[in-house]
Amino acid sequence: MVNNKVSEFLIEKGLFITAIFSVVVSLVIIFFILMEGLPAVFKIGFFKFIFGLNWVPSDNEFGVLPMTVCSIYVTVLALIMAVPLSLLSAIFMAEIAPESIRRILKPAIETLSGIPSVVYGFFGLTILVRFVREVFGGTGFSLFTASLILAVMILPTIISVSQDSLRAVPKEYKEASLGLGATHWQTIKNIIVPAASPGIVTAIILGMGRAIGETLAVMMVAGNVAEIPNSILEPMRTITSNIALEMGYAVNIHYQALFASAIILFLIIITLLIIAKYIQNKYKIDLSSA
Amino acid sequence: MNFSKIISPKLAQKIMNIVFIISIAIVILILVVIIGYILFKGIPVVNLEFLLSTPVDSGKSGGIFPMIVSSLYVTLVAGVIATPLGIGAATYIAEYSKKSKIVDIIRFGAEILASIPSIVFGLFGMVFFVVFLHLGWSILSGGLVLAIMSLPTIFQVSEVAISSIPNSYKEGSYGLGASKWQTVYRVVLPAAIPGIVTGVILGLSRAISEAAAVMYSVGASFQTPISIFDPGRPLPLHLYMLATEGTSLENAYGTATVLIMLILITTIVSNFIISKYQNKIMGK
Repeated sequence: MVNNKVSEFLIEKGLFITAIFSVVVSLVIIFFILMEGLPAVFKIGFFKFIFGLNWVPSDNEFGVLPMTVCSIYVTVLALIMAVPLSLLSAIFMAEIAPESIRRILKPAIETLSGIPSVVYGFFGLTILVRFVREVFGGTGFSLFTASLILAVMILPTIISVSQDSLRAVPKEYKEASLGLGATHWQTIKNIIVPAASPGIVTAIILGMGRAIGETLAVMMVAGNVAEIPNSILEPMRTITSNIALEMGYAVNIHYQALFASAIILFLIIITLLIIAKYIQNKYKIDLSSA
Repeated sequence: MNFSKIISPKLAQKIMNIVFIISIAIVILILVVIIGYILFKGIPVVNLEFLLSTPVDSGKSGGIFPMIVSSLYVTLVAGVIATPLGIGAATYIAEYSKKSKIVDIIRFGAEILASIPSIVFGLFGMVFFVVFLHLGWSILSGGLVLAIMSLPTIFQVSEVAISSIPNSYKEGSYGLGASKWQTVYRVVLPAAIPGIVTGVILGLSRAISEAAAVMYSVGASFQTPISIFDPGRPLPLHLYMLATEGTSLENAYGTATVLIMLILITTIVSNFIISKYQNKIMGK
């Protein structure tokens, strides 16, 4: 019996170590990125780094603003295209489609979110770039092309997460609304979507995180000029592409500056994560008080 | 708001039904066109020789055997490391933890890991595994990066699977005099296996799709890796290089096709096995 108790104790501690592992690894990652990146921020100067408009490593100029702006541009544009389409599709899957069709659509959409981003990028490079060049003009390598590819890539994420939250809305809500004589669309618009909105917001934030963190797919179609574009048909370079493009040969302060731009990326992602958490927690409280 | 006065609710209903169907049709169309086009261009390229020969002239011609081996190898390394850690963590959170503060911190840690952009993992892999731990450009370095990347998915999906096991199962086991661990190991985990396997497959399909995370840790060698300390060149990385360096579009389509097929086949086969297993333990 004593043996048994000892082994139970050891197993519990062992499992605890596996559980705490994610936290430890996150901290180690943050530590190493900060250690490599922070010196650059001090050497270049905080304001010069964050708000500098020129990124010219050969002249020791490291202003990251054009890349930050481009990352935000491309994400917002992708969301503008992807969100309406994915929400309408999610509502269709959760509310309109018969069970048999839903059973096919759900795994199909989930499988498609597993298609590698490089494959999307490759499709963008071979087809979309030419399409944009011929239809809209310019070289085809542009902010617009990149946001198109990103929009396609985040569709499955937003659809499946918001679909789940739409289906989680209690049946009574819907029945009460229909019972009062509302049409199905009125019920969807006034009852189901508002009730599922915290989940929908989470879905959008997840899509946003995926879009802002995407590297190669964007890099393959964006043209990668390190300037703020004047129109959506001009080329641009995101923070992530900048890191991937230059890390291969960067040394000294250039190398550190790339890590420092990873810190900015990190801060954006953590902010998004905290906003998502806040919305989820708020929703929980609302449910219990109702 | 004014629309509701002009358009009757019934008409609005009809219009919206059409809008819904059009949107889902657009989504399906986009996805079918992309996958269809790549497969259409790639399937003629893929044959036994393409799969089993080594690339010639930096990938201009020849096959992709070393890349397939690299991909499977890094994914295997990632799976061997991340699967026990992910399941262990999920078991702890679902069955052992009491203090909600620690649980919150662990969940938040996993969420941070899940949302770190792949290129940041790439940077970390380079400074930590390649340089700091002196593992060099190798299958091991790449596999470790991918293990960290797939860990949160395995953990999160398994946790849901384990916590959805009904209490009556556990009570039955305790009632027969089983200890906590015996109950977890003999009753809870076997019942949760379908969900756990789904989590592992999801996590590892993320690992096998990654190029950005490994581009600075696995190397770019054309040789077939034998030991875990050899460099390699996984399929996504090879596809990326073929496409952007303009080496060979034809071989790029072939590589993309193999990658897509690998993921689709794994997903379909594992779903099939899971449903068989589920039927078996449900006694159908």
